[in-house]
Amino acid sequence: MTEHPVVIVGAAMGGLRTAESLRRAGYAGGIRMIGDELHAPYNRPPLSKDVLSTGVTHEAVAFPSRAETADVEWMLGSRAEAVDLESRSVTTADGTEHSYRALVVATGLRPRRLDFAPTPGRHAIRSLDDAMALRDVLVPGARVVVIGSGFLGCELGSTATKLGCSVTVVTPSAEPMIRPLGELLAHELRTRLEREGVAFFLGAEVIGLDDGVTLADGTVIPADVIIEAIGSDCNDAWLAGTGLDLSDGVLADNALRAVTTDGLAHDDIYVVGDIARFPNPMFDDVPRRIEHWNIPTDTGRRAGAVLGAYLGEGFTEAVATPFAPMPSFWSNQFDIKLQAYGLPGLADEAGIRILEGDLGGEVAVGYHRDDRLVGVVGVGLKAALLPYRQQIAGGA
Amino acid sequence: MYQCQNYGQCVFEAPNIFHLNDDDKLEHLAEADESERANVENAVDVCPMQAIRIVE
Repeated sequence: MTEHPVVIVGAAMGGLRTAESLRRAGYAGGIRMIGDELHAPYNRPPLSKDVLSTGVTHEAVAFPSRAETADVEWMLGSRAEAVDLESRSVTTADGTEHSYRALVVATGLRPRRLDFAPTPGRHAIRSLDDAMALRDVLVPGARVVVIGSGFLGCELGSTATKLGCSVTVVTPSAEPMIRPLGELLAHELRTRLEREGVAFFLGAEVIGLDDGVTLADGTVIPADVIIEAIGSDCNDAWLAGTGLDLSDGVLADNALRAVTTDGLAHDDIYVVGDIARFPNPMFDDVPRRIEHWNIPTDTGRRAGAVLGAYLGEGFTEAVATPFAPMPSFWSNQFDIKLQAYGLPGLADEAGIRILEGDLGGEVAVGYHRDDRLVGVVGVGLKAALLPYRQQIAGGA
Repeated sequence: MYQCQNYGQCVFEAPNIFHLNDDDKLEHLAEADESERANVENAVDVCPMQAIRIVE
């Protein structure tokens, strides 16, 4: 009988880290990586910064390849369309069926788009190709409207301003980045971004994109370039009808095994990266998706270790080993350097306060839930955050 | 690109090799023992700037 490979669907950072971890766990069999992009896995954070402001190419952002994964079979430019869990087979857009002995779901996210008729000049950014298309139009003097004011929208606003564009950020929120950061810090960051020349329309609803960006109050903002940065949707259509819980990404248990709507975990299906909704005992037992840069690596390592044990030995112990990754994120906007640990978005409204420094300069802001520190965000501080990181990891 | 921005993620993976000093500057040993290889490879993975290269 032919031994089928482990099939990893999604050939980006999470899939790559899973493959590497599988090898480290001793799995020596076949690994097939299926991805819809033509590029081998690369680092995405530069897409909103250096890729736009310099001439970097795929080689510059590609992850280095390792000897242990040199024999991975890459099927790039192939999109998974469906999977049959009974016969253990993934079907790609060209009709090929890929039989597997174990499946890794690492298909990530795609940018959410506004529901308007296509017009020229609209951009969204997720892939290297998206960034290269945007780079061509961010020329000095271009009128750029960024719709959405999360980290990505604010970073794009910063980069475009530095490139000489005239930038307006439009958002339904009361402040940029308010959901993760809370009003206190979000307000301070907005004033800093405004000082650098970014204009904001807050509490604004976009109702049209015909001649510029039209808001519900009748304002029309002229635009040469419109960037939609309003969040992401999960690439889970290929998993429809499988019985997996797809209510927000793909539900997984703490071992990252995919879980059905009936609450059953599949020992041969794992979920990694942005699409994985898993419980993290560092905080509680609520499964959450975490769209931070470190998560594909942390979940890839975990899934590779557990799956390696499933295909080898020590599975029970591997599953029982607690997985409690520390969420970490960064954002650079103009000369503002944000660094954060934990899940600040979990904080009680009254649980957000300055831990040290002052809001107008370098500051560490603490985020508490039920008086317990669940997140810390530093502006211009790094080593000073480490004791707080320790406190978050230490639990109650 | 590739320039260390002192994020300090490497410190958690290979604390014997990387260190964030009190001025928020990342310091590292010039050479790592073979026994640290796995930790240093992990440090390479978690660097958001992908600024760490292992030179044999």
